[in-house]
Amino acid sequence: MSFPYLSAIVFLPVVGLVIIALLPKPQPRTIRLIALVFTLASFALSLAVFCLFDRSAGAIGQIQFEDKLPWIPAINAFYHLGIDGLSLPLVILMTFLGVLAVLVSWKIELRPKEYFIWLLLLETSILGVFCSLDLVLFFLFWELELVPMYFLISIWGSGRKEYSSIKYVIYTLVGSAMMLVGILSIYFTTGNLNMMELAYSLPITSAKPFIPFAAMFFLLFAGFAIKLPVVPLHTWLPDAHTDAPTAVSVILAGALLKMGGYGMIRLCVTIFPEVALHYAPLLVAFAVVSMLYGAAVTLRQKDLKRLIAYSSVSHMGYVLLGIFALTQVSLTGAALQMFSHGIITGLLFAMVGLVYDKTHERNLDNLGGLARQMPVIVVVFSIAGLASLGLPGTSGFAAEFITFVGSYSSTAVEGIRLYTILGVFGIVLTAGYILWMLQRVFYGPPLDKFKGVPDANNIEKVCIFSFVAAIMLVGIYPAILTNVIKLGVEPIARLIGS
Amino acid sequence: MIIGELHFLTPELSLLGFALVVILLDLFIKQKKVLAVVSIAGVIVSAGFTVAMWGTPSEAILYSMLAVDNFALFFKLLLLAAAGLIILASQDYVSKFERFQGEFYALVLISAVGMMLLVAATDLIAIYVALELSGISLYVLATFLKDKKSTEAGLKYLLLGAVASAVLLYGMALVFGFTGKTCLMCIAYYVQEMPGAGLLSNPALLMGMVLLAAGFGFKIACFPFQMWVPDVYEGAPTPITAYLSVASKAAGFAVILRVFFVALGSPDWLSLNWGMLFAILSAITMTVGNVVAILQSNIKRMLGYSSIAQAGYLMVGLATVGMAVGNDAVGQSGLLFFLMSYAVTNLGAFIAVIAISNKIDSDAIDDYTGMGKRAPLLAVALTLCLISLIGLPPTAGLIAKIYIFSGAVQHGLLWLVIVAVINSCISAFYYLRVVKVMWTGTPTSEEKVPSSWALRTALALCCLFVLLLGVVPGGFVDIAQAAVRILGP
Repeated sequence: MSFPYLSAIVFLPVVGLVIIALLPKPQPRTIRLIALVFTLASFALSLAVFCLFDRSAGAIGQIQFEDKLPWIPAINAFYHLGIDGLSLPLVILMTFLGVLAVLVSWKIELRPKEYFIWLLLLETSILGVFCSLDLVLFFLFWELELVPMYFLISIWGSGRKEYSSIKYVIYTLVGSAMMLVGILSIYFTTGNLNMMELAYSLPITSAKPFIPFAAMFFLLFAGFAIKLPVVPLHTWLPDAHTDAPTAVSVILAGALLKMGGYGMIRLCVTIFPEVALHYAPLLVAFAVVSMLYGAAVTLRQKDLKRLIAYSSVSHMGYVLLGIFALTQVSLTGAALQMFSHGIITGLLFAMVGLVYDKTHERNLDNLGGLARQMPVIVVVFSIAGLASLGLPGTSGFAAEFITFVGSYSSTAVEGIRLYTILGVFGIVLTAGYILWMLQRVFYGPPLDKFKGVPDANNIEKVCIFSFVAAIMLVGIYPAILTNVIKLGVEPIARLIGS
Repeated sequence: MIIGELHFLTPELSLLGFALVVILLDLFIKQKKVLAVVSIAGVIVSAGFTVAMWGTPSEAILYSMLAVDNFALFFKLLLLAAAGLIILASQDYVSKFERFQGEFYALVLISAVGMMLLVAATDLIAIYVALELSGISLYVLATFLKDKKSTEAGLKYLLLGAVASAVLLYGMALVFGFTGKTCLMCIAYYVQEMPGAGLLSNPALLMGMVLLAAGFGFKIACFPFQMWVPDVYEGAPTPITAYLSVASKAAGFAVILRVFFVALGSPDWLSLNWGMLFAILSAITMTVGNVVAILQSNIKRMLGYSSIAQAGYLMVGLATVGMAVGNDAVGQSGLLFFLMSYAVTNLGAFIAVIAISNKIDSDAIDDYTGMGKRAPLLAVALTLCLISLIGLPPTAGLIAKIYIFSGAVQHGLLWLVIVAVINSCISAFYYLRVVKVMWTGTPTSEEKVPSSWALRTALALCCLFVLLLGVVPGGFVDIAQAAVRILGP
């Protein structure tokens, strides 16, 4: 048996957290270093996987780096990990954000031992979702993420943290409860829990349905739509984001929301292509509402962190549009947008964290004129903002461009052109709120109360420059990812028949 | 020959022997810890005999009064594990009834004997006798604190228990009058051969069935027989509360499964009827338990209502058994797996509560504020158990729910599963409230919470199994399936 890369990537953070847990009274410094070492190891392995990934034409639709062991024989469930072109970018995204989240948390003073334990567990659970190919295992990791999120928000958060954390948990639990019913009905229709076989070799539509396929589709979709989130199921997001500690916001926006988009492509679209095709016009309409409503609400935010949080609602609308335009190009765009939004919004939240850290102020009315005090921060924040509004040369441009081209040219969904054109106005609104936000925070006359506010220190610079590098790399050479994504998306497009 | 069959009863007889030894030793020995050690030894010996019998061909002994099969052995082990853990965990509690420690241990053991007989009984009379043997010991145990609340708890439990026994007996009498038999297999045979299908043409059978369900329903605390739970759970000594919520409930489910599945499991129209009865009761039970639990401010009451809710989830398994036409054991094995998971989880939660409330002398949830600082290990364990009760990974609770619900979905109870998963979401609210006060509040005092090694061992065992069942459930599912294979017609 070859080296189990994926198991190692997924469970290295757990090894780290066990070591941290077993150390009697460790120094905060030791804890941080252990967390850093294990997240770095996981990141390095995921890069190794990226290099070793077979990109040849023969690898289209193939699962690579598979680990498979019997787990619960009674219900035919396996410990089954594997990746294809769709999940690989997300795995890299998560391991990358994992390292940066540790760096962002460098200054955590409150109960650092527990904090890093939960942070590492969070990383494992999200990686597990992206790597699982067995529905029960997928569900297990999906639910596992709730536990660390609850603690991270309710203990290390700010503001109405207890309200936000319980709201987050209840929302997600309702979604996953429906998902569980969906998964069980898939299982009893086919007796199979293997996602790949369900999609390609033993299509569910050949079995006698146990409840209508559309019902299964929407049971799963509900779980993913809450996570993505889709308007009107988004109200947990601004609360959770605003009250979470910075590193958790970075992971939440960067990787956790992508579980929703990933699940939609991997389960909803691939297992039920006909249903997806049938309901695509409706779902695309939801996407456009998310894009426009999200952007419009973002314009009105007074709290810097809440503003960035709402912008995610709008950006996830692009993902939903790309997915349910149901063409190869638009799906590629959606997958790229997930990665790109992960690093851009991750960076934006890190920057908000920095600004708040230095000024102890998040209210836009009280901020202003910071450009003079923090030149590095202002430059990086602006880059992140411009990437978010889709400036060419950044990953945001590549992703949104591909998404819109793909959905505009879609023949599978009726009326998609109109929706796409409407959706493009979302970008205009995005430009509005991003530029206005930058202006209010950094420009204008310098304020006396912020005199002597420091700029980013070295650790913070390492952290934010790596984000910028990633954004630029994907922006200038998007093929580095699209070549991989193509391998995963092409068979899905073939299923839909476009 | 009866004498020749006695070796099949070694688990019960040895445990009874140890119980008597405990009572005798109590007269001579000042060092009461010895009694606990003897009791634990009794549990281990009895468990040893039980394990040795696992997998041997099933036997009907004592003129078909008792069965020795994997099903009974599975439950015997579960009950012994519960009794053993409770005795370990009582080490921090027994000081409250210094003079009567011997009686306490002996009664715990004797009630375990009663329940072990109950899960093996295959005859209505044997079932009734075993039920009373366990019941009477438990009534006494509930009053052991001898204060106002404990006495009230015991009295309430005794009175309602007596009513339930009477109802049960009446149900048995009707079934006997209708079939002329008391042994379950004979009843099954009679019912199958019975002329005229449909319950309405057999009102006596219908009445008997309903009364049986009511009598056993008291034991498992399902709606509408759950009223006694909060008061008794609150007033009884905490180890006994834990024992009631786990062992007594497990035995109740075992006997329901045996009576309804073996005696009334076929023809199909009959099992579909009681399957639907349990499905409806299950939906109401879990909803009542969960919704009322939200309002509780006392942790023992909250866990009481939570155990009502959990009984509701378990009844999903019973309903599945009824709805499963033909020989399909997914409902039974799901029920058994859920019981395993529930037993270790609930025992773990109660053991942590014993340790904490022993020190702070309060059961109010608000007084658990800051326990994460004062007693980190206990708080971690309690958190793990609460997470398992919600049904979140990586714990037993999630797998148990997936398994038991999957059976229900398969047999057309999708609506019930939807009710159940919505209930799980509701339950997160009150379980997490305890977690929240433990980890986010500032403690009212900095004093550490001590606990004995015995209690810690018991707690560690529970947590270990909560994790094992949650991460590598395969082996345990196999055990559950092996245990129910015997029940097939």
